[in-house]
Amino acid sequence: MKLTVWTYEGPPHVGAMRVATAMKGLHYVLHAPQGDTYADLLFTMIERRNHRPPVSYTTFEGRDLGTDTASIFRNTCRNAYDRYKPQAMIVGASCTAELIQDDPGGLAEAMDIPVPVVALELPSYQRKENFGSDETFYQIVRALAQPMERTQEITANLIGPLALGFRHRDDIEEVKGLLYEMGIGVNVVAPFDATPEDIAKLGQAHFNVLMYPEHAETAARHLERTCGQPYTKTVPIGVGATHEFVAEVAQICGVEPKKDLSRLRQPWWSKSVDSTYLTGKRVFLFGDATHVKTAARIARDEMGFEVVGLGCYNREFARDIRKLAKDYGVEALITDDYLEVEKAIEDLAPEMILGTQMERHIGKRLGIPCAVISAPVHVQDFPARYSPQMGWEGANVIFDTWIHPLVMGLEEHLLHMFREDFEFHDEAGASHHGGHAPKPIAEVPAPEPVATQPEAPAETGSDVMVWLADAERELKKIPFFVRGKAKRNTEKFAAERGVSEISIDTLYEAKAHFAR
Amino acid sequence: MNQPTNISGATCRDAPILKERGQREVFCGLTGIIWLHRKMQDAFFLVVGSRTCAHLLQSAAGVMIFAEPRFGTAVLEEGDLAGMADAHEELDREVDRLLSRRPDIKQLFLVGSCPSEVIKLDLHRAAERLTVKHAPHVRVLNYSGSGIETTFTQGEDACLASMVPVLPETDERELLLVGALPDVVEDQAVDLLNKMGIGPIRVLPAHRSAEAPGVGPNTVYACLQPFLGDTSAELDRRGARMIQAPFPFGEEGTTLWLRAIADEFGVDDETFARVTDAPRARARTAIANAAKALQGKTIFFMPDSQLEIPLARFLTRECGMEAIEIGQPYIHKGLVGPDMDLIPAGPTISEGQDVDKQLDRVRAARPDLTVCGLGLANPLEAEGLTTKWAIELVFTPVHFYEQAGDLAGLFSRPVRRRELLKLEAASASKETREVAR
Repeated sequence: MKLTVWTYEGPPHVGAMRVATAMKGLHYVLHAPQGDTYADLLFTMIERRNHRPPVSYTTFEGRDLGTDTASIFRNTCRNAYDRYKPQAMIVGASCTAELIQDDPGGLAEAMDIPVPVVALELPSYQRKENFGSDETFYQIVRALAQPMERTQEITANLIGPLALGFRHRDDIEEVKGLLYEMGIGVNVVAPFDATPEDIAKLGQAHFNVLMYPEHAETAARHLERTCGQPYTKTVPIGVGATHEFVAEVAQICGVEPKKDLSRLRQPWWSKSVDSTYLTGKRVFLFGDATHVKTAARIARDEMGFEVVGLGCYNREFARDIRKLAKDYGVEALITDDYLEVEKAIEDLAPEMILGTQMERHIGKRLGIPCAVISAPVHVQDFPARYSPQMGWEGANVIFDTWIHPLVMGLEEHLLHMFREDFEFHDEAGASHHGGHAPKPIAEVPAPEPVATQPEAPAETGSDVMVWLADAERELKKIPFFVRGKAKRNTEKFAAERGVSEISIDTLYEAKAHFAR
Repeated sequence: MNQPTNISGATCRDAPILKERGQREVFCGLTGIIWLHRKMQDAFFLVVGSRTCAHLLQSAAGVMIFAEPRFGTAVLEEGDLAGMADAHEELDREVDRLLSRRPDIKQLFLVGSCPSEVIKLDLHRAAERLTVKHAPHVRVLNYSGSGIETTFTQGEDACLASMVPVLPETDERELLLVGALPDVVEDQAVDLLNKMGIGPIRVLPAHRSAEAPGVGPNTVYACLQPFLGDTSAELDRRGARMIQAPFPFGEEGTTLWLRAIADEFGVDDETFARVTDAPRARARTAIANAAKALQGKTIFFMPDSQLEIPLARFLTRECGMEAIEIGQPYIHKGLVGPDMDLIPAGPTISEGQDVDKQLDRVRAARPDLTVCGLGLANPLEAEGLTTKWAIELVFTPVHFYEQAGDLAGLFSRPVRRRELLKLEAASASKETREVAR
């Protein structure tokens, strides 16, 4: 048993729903009690889909247990087929039905449904949502895809994009564009908008673009084995990664790595002088492994940030993320407990967080700016406007998204110059952060009388630091958005030297020490 | 003037009920935790369930999940399924850890889920054991919010029913108001009754466990919500007596509800009029304003919260709407009977659900407004039907006089929006332009 409030991932049958809802002409019969239909609203509300997810629930009740839950399943299956006439079906159990052991696969097989029925085994008490989607897509591909003759022109399958995927809709367009520029066509995009008939045609593509390893790596490996299709290992998020992706595709297909960079603005934006202030901003990254991996590279190599910590919630990729962390000289955080993430962020006191919806809230609580780079996300991250993460346009989008929460160069400069002005007092906050509109101040506060006893000293590790009154006053003169860093650096500096009382001199010695 | 308007001929109470079984598109009782934990300020709700339960609460609670909520899920893992003895040890350990982290907690509810019930994890025994262990500081109770036993608001019923047997005994003649309402509404109700000289008034659930009401043979109680069947039965078992009335939605519902209590306490007409005339007039004005868009419109209720019958009564009688179907997950005539008496026979009254068949009926009837859950609302809107998502009716203050206008407003807003938006016209004119070019 484990006490949980927030979960980064749902149960595995939600992963299966994401595959089913992404596809057309497929129906999912889920053996589940009343209430499990809550997951429908993730699709109709967060993704704002205009149709019900193609899922029929058996909705068994307490009084059905031990008697006829199997026949309820059969009826639901039959009704679903008669009503929706899908090209194929998937059947499985949710966590409760897993316990009553009705074997949906076996029951459906005995029913003579005239279309392929794929049985799903999703261990709800061991695995989670991403496993569910990866496994479901793999089972569908395994059941329906066959080796085929290749298309005459070079084509690729784009595999991995799902319902409820973070920016999947627009990433597809961007990747299609990258391939089109090299003269490569798209055979099938799956599961997104694919039918079971499309899945049966996967074999005729020359190779697969594995867009999201979390959701389709098992299927990609399977297709490599059975259909001899290589798949791309680079996920084209970020300028460098997109260049590498194009090179990888060109090499797989033996074509010219042609690129149209005319709309790529990110590199110049990042070079322009206003961005100088981004140099060395300390960022913390958390999310799914793929987005964290790509974001780390963008943060360091394309934005000039300093990555001070990173991690992911999907254990399937723990090894990759540990290796990545080593490359960046930081500690990897592999956890699905948001309290651990919050603790790590508190300890590291970064100037920016790149994470999920949850980190956005942690950031809000700690007063640290945050941009969202990965699922789970809320409704605002399924935008109406075009906003991919992949490819050249994705790089433009990412630049804007990441710097928007930060105080930009000129603004930071002005805040420094006028920091004694009453309008820039501590409580005013940054002008564009909602909910922090400057409060009217009744009177300009007189310099605070300094207490003879220092206030509750901050604890850092085992050493207890005491800030002397004049140093404390000096610290308060530092603008609020860099004060946390200054305080932390000074205490670290003092601790390393065995100093337990911090004076103005300590403060400025530390500043000199950490000057970049 | 304060007596129920008599309806000649058959009413909904006598109408046959269409009972259906099939796929249900409803929440399970666990969702009740989301509003109960706000109301009971020293209680913690610990669901014993699966990752699905945790995910449900997170999806249903939305942003509330980030506000240090007093609820959580002890997620069962593979090991817990194998050995039941270990599961109890694990539960004890998680509870110990939780209570040491949150010393402000005085009541702990172990909330059963589908998985915990299917594996027959005995939470009742666990609650007794943990009560002994953590007495007198914390009392541990248990109830089921599982989908196989409860639908949506029934979770509140199960929770309150679990509290009744351990309420202190009293011989006082007290009025007990039952049901968790937003504080502002509860205060209005108490204030109106106090002004008529009725008291003392107690509420279940109370804000804090120390304020728990007593109950006994002289207790009379009135339900604030129509879904409290089990709680009502438990109160009856303690010797308390229910005051039957329509539920306090709209001007008429509130008046009849207050009148029933006033009659029980011997309040004369003059006093009643003095206290209620002004707010009644306010409520009527507010409803008239908000309900303009609803006059003559048809409405279809999908089952959700058991509020459907009282709300249909309000909308048909005070807002001029016509009900096509009133679906409820369960119909407890002992509670909603007085409301059913006020609705003339005509609309289909349905209990339970086969969602596909019910949607066929919605599509055939093409109502002006369909009240349904969030899993159905956008798909129906995309089919050109106007919807009011039902969950809001449980979270928003909608009871009593001062909220009557807001209640009508919740239904008229989607209708007005439909009339305001000219999206089709905009795209049509664009097409015209393109053709012209």
